[in-house]
Amino acid sequence: MLDLFFIIDLIPDILKGLMITLELSIISFIIGFVIAAIFMPARIFGGTLFASIVRSYIEVFRGTPLLVQLLLIYFGLPSLGIKFDPMTASILAFGLNSAAYQSEILRSSLKSIPESQFLSGESLGMSSLQIYRYIILPQAVRVAVPALVNELVTLIKESSIASIIGVVELTRRGEYLVATTFRALEVYIAVAIIYFVICFLVSQSTRLLERKFRIPGYERGGG
Amino acid sequence: MSKVLIVKNLRAGYRGQEVIKDISFSVEKGEKVVIMGPSGSGKSTLLKCLVRLIEPWGGTIIIDGTNVMNHNVDIRKIRMKTGFVFQSYNLFPHMTVLRNITLPLRVVKKYSNKKAEEIAMSVLKIVGMEEYANRYPLQLSGGQQQRVSIARALAMEPVILFLDEPTSALDPELREEVLQTLRKIARRGKSMLVVTHELDFAEDVADHIILVDQGIIIEEGPPNEILYNPKNERTKRFLKSIMRRMKNSNS
Repeated sequence: MLDLFFIIDLIPDILKGLMITLELSIISFIIGFVIAAIFMPARIFGGTLFASIVRSYIEVFRGTPLLVQLLLIYFGLPSLGIKFDPMTASILAFGLNSAAYQSEILRSSLKSIPESQFLSGESLGMSSLQIYRYIILPQAVRVAVPALVNELVTLIKESSIASIIGVVELTRRGEYLVATTFRALEVYIAVAIIYFVICFLVSQSTRLLERKFRIPGYERGGG
Repeated sequence: MSKVLIVKNLRAGYRGQEVIKDISFSVEKGEKVVIMGPSGSGKSTLLKCLVRLIEPWGGTIIIDGTNVMNHNVDIRKIRMKTGFVFQSYNLFPHMTVLRNITLPLRVVKKYSNKKAEEIAMSVLKIVGMEEYANRYPLQLSGGQQQRVSIARALAMEPVILFLDEPTSALDPELREEVLQTLRKIARRGKSMLVVTHELDFAEDVADHIILVDQGIIIEEGPPNEILYNPKNERTKRFLKSIMRRMKNSNS
């Protein structure tokens, strides 16, 4: 039988893995964002060698399973003499993977800003750099916020894969508890509840962010 | 009088298709020149070519004594002293009206915040929008947005103001406020080159009207000649078609 009280009792124990889950997902998210930002000029201007390298990178990371990428980095790279501890390998795999997705998010947000905004800046004598800094990027970031928050939520959920190579995050904590209590149903329900609550809170924060970054008058459409 | 703009044998186009075929004209200091013509005749392309927002194929453009087509000319310096008003206003939606005007003053002209704000408020007063300084563009009507964009162009103290169909995107009832604003600026002696279909405005304000069709100038002259006594058949047909359209939108 399912024991609801037992689930509640389990939660504090599992929560010990929360910090690791958050560390994993947040650091990976930041690494992903930084790489995606470095990729951005290549994605905007294109046509260069750098641009084709970036494109291939994105195709490869989006076209292969995250688990395989993690296994390659953790078990594969040591054959080349490159060794990581489980945590570092996981952050690396998630960060590199997320970079591909975040790069796509940033690119589509940039593309959503009409060409006329650029023209307008040019007509006032602004340089391309100034136009990107003051006009295009501030608007693109606002467009990107919901998708970026969504990517963070995805990372939080995907970070459970790190349990496979022995990172003791939420899911791995659960596995330990199953081994000692033999109550797989209650334990994994408790684990699922924790993931759900965190992801729910993070995705709700989008609304706050959207309100903060909202362009006044935007909801009414153009004049 | 000196000429602020001289265009000679200008040619331009898109993807191998020639849109502007050998156009020449000039604008004197303080002169108001109106360009008219059927849609697709290349008027907007012509205007954008003058400050190389579209790269011309060939010809000569001289603005305030500088050859714009010269290879080593810094086009941003030219754009700093010309004002451009777009059909769709193109204000920056994430900035207040005030910031829309101060931004180019600060980053392009390197003015201090205080000086930029003083200039911004004075041009907003000219277009009657000073009370809206802290609003955001999308909170304003189309006519108000266009007046702000005119103020933004004026703030740069341009030697000439280029206006690309400034009222075409507006509902008929919002056009008059923008036209009044432009009349006011015209009276202040600003040199203007305006692409427009507004016949009344052209008649009151223009010193010279240029009719463009299929990439060439088909007729030009003072307003009373062009509007009341056109010689070219295509000019007559074009004028008839806008008058018909005006009648329809007024009834």
